[in-house]
Amino acid sequence: MATAAIRPIKLSAPYYLNLFALETKYEFLKAARNRMYSLATLGFPIMFYLLFGVTNRHAGPGFNYAQYLVAGYSCFGMIAAALFNLGAGISTERAQGWLELKQASPMPRFAYLGAKVVTCMLFGVAIVTCMVTLGVTLGGVHATVLQIVHLAAVIIAGAIPFASLGLLLSLLIPPSAAPGIINLIYLPMSFCSGLWMPIEVLPHWLQKVAPVLPTYHYAQLALNVFGYARSSATLIHWEALAGFTCLMMGIAWLVFTRSEAKA
Amino acid sequence: MSAATFIPDSVDEQFGSFPANGTTVARLHSVTKRYQTNTALNQFSFEIYPGEVVSLLGPNGAGKTTAIRLLLGLISPTSGSVRVLGRDPRDSAARTRIGAMLQIARVPENLRVREHIDLFRSYYPSPLKAAEVVRIAGLEGIEDTFFGKLSGGQKQRVLFGLALCGDPDLVFLDEPTVGMDIEARRNLWDQIRALSARGKSVLLTTHYLEEADALASRIIVLNKGAMVAQGTPAQIKNQVSGRTIRCVTQLSIDFVRGLPTVSNVVADRDALVISATHPESVVRVMLQRDETLHDLEISAAALEDAFLALTKPGTN
Repeated sequence: MATAAIRPIKLSAPYYLNLFALETKYEFLKAARNRMYSLATLGFPIMFYLLFGVTNRHAGPGFNYAQYLVAGYSCFGMIAAALFNLGAGISTERAQGWLELKQASPMPRFAYLGAKVVTCMLFGVAIVTCMVTLGVTLGGVHATVLQIVHLAAVIIAGAIPFASLGLLLSLLIPPSAAPGIINLIYLPMSFCSGLWMPIEVLPHWLQKVAPVLPTYHYAQLALNVFGYARSSATLIHWEALAGFTCLMMGIAWLVFTRSEAKA
Repeated sequence: MSAATFIPDSVDEQFGSFPANGTTVARLHSVTKRYQTNTALNQFSFEIYPGEVVSLLGPNGAGKTTAIRLLLGLISPTSGSVRVLGRDPRDSAARTRIGAMLQIARVPENLRVREHIDLFRSYYPSPLKAAEVVRIAGLEGIEDTFFGKLSGGQKQRVLFGLALCGDPDLVFLDEPTVGMDIEARRNLWDQIRALSARGKSVLLTTHYLEEADALASRIIVLNKGAMVAQGTPAQIKNQVSGRTIRCVTQLSIDFVRGLPTVSNVVADRDALVISATHPESVVRVMLQRDETLHDLEISAAALEDAFLALTKPGTN
């Protein structure tokens, strides 16, 4: 029998590059034009920094709270950027049927997820830029170029573990509940991990619990840039974030394949 | 970059039971799709040939959208096989040659029409020109509008445009004209006919019988997950008893009901509406018996009547 068939096609590297570049461009535009998203990722860190960072310029010898918060709020903004873009974003697009239309197209899945992660990273750069600018101009913070680049690198890398947490959340929670649940998860985590104030001022038991949180390890890496980490060992924190990423991706993969088998 | 090329070959040999009177672009072969306790499709088979406009008709829950989702590889069948362009529908080689317009609640609203088209074109190795998509889907003048600012009909047209971005050989349209005004609907019909004229195949689901009648070269009537009839619109209409006679007469309903080939008589205001497979002989008798008979009309059964008869609970 004759069937209208097609040869296997070989899609070339320029095709994939162009596709990925455009997916990222429009993902970024979508996020940047979404006021709720910009508010959560850039607005809150800026507002909090103006309220608590700029006003606490002179803390004490060896400790500059304004400098501490440049690192802390940068982490805070990045976590929001990743959780809201992946968690709430994918959950919403899935429920609306938009994701299904994309899945029916030849667009590969990695492009969709990758574009969202890169978008978070671009927001991360914007967050660090805002925090450092505010810190240097209004907070009296001294930061070398090397420190700024170091901080930006840590913040950008954080897109990956928190995006994978967001991906898992997007598979578990309905879109209407997503913003609420994400706030319930990341605000307490940020608080307990010393993103808003040094972890030493928190209750003793919280300090013990903090190391199980991914946000704690992220915070330690960022604080290390200005020498505020509890110890200067960084490898353990990178390992913790890598392990957390693998765990989230693994569970997300399990949930996804189980839901696909049911479909 | 190698574009997808059409070649007649025998990728599909394992399903060679179908008569080789043409090539298929898509086929479901005795597909059953079950969700927990609910059977959406039951041993359903059909195929689409090049250049055909096939319409899936059926009441809500008949399995139309399930059939489309299977053909798009969004879900997999419980049993049976699904082939699109000779391939598994999840194969990206198949996906580069198809386009789909689905029933979507919302599309990202803060992208402009132009940007949506630009993005979807990038998914395909040899896309239509953006200007061509705009022309075919009738999007002139709204290219720079944010999707969220469009009217319902305009949104449907953008989704139609997105389905065409890859210059597909096979287009799936799930309820395409929902929310469109009459003029927009007619324009879309013209575009669907133009696609078919260029050798593209179209699978259309619709609630509008008029739409299936106007567009489809073949109609498949689905009910409760199974095919109840298929054929050209004319053939489907012929499946229900013949034609309809309408007239004002003094003859009693019971007398008319007793005439040969009459299947049904109902009173409609002062007239009788009579369904009969052979209306000529019925009318002959009636004219002889009743000289006052007037306002006589004889019409072919509407597709709507055929549809209602075919999907009536209890039949099949």
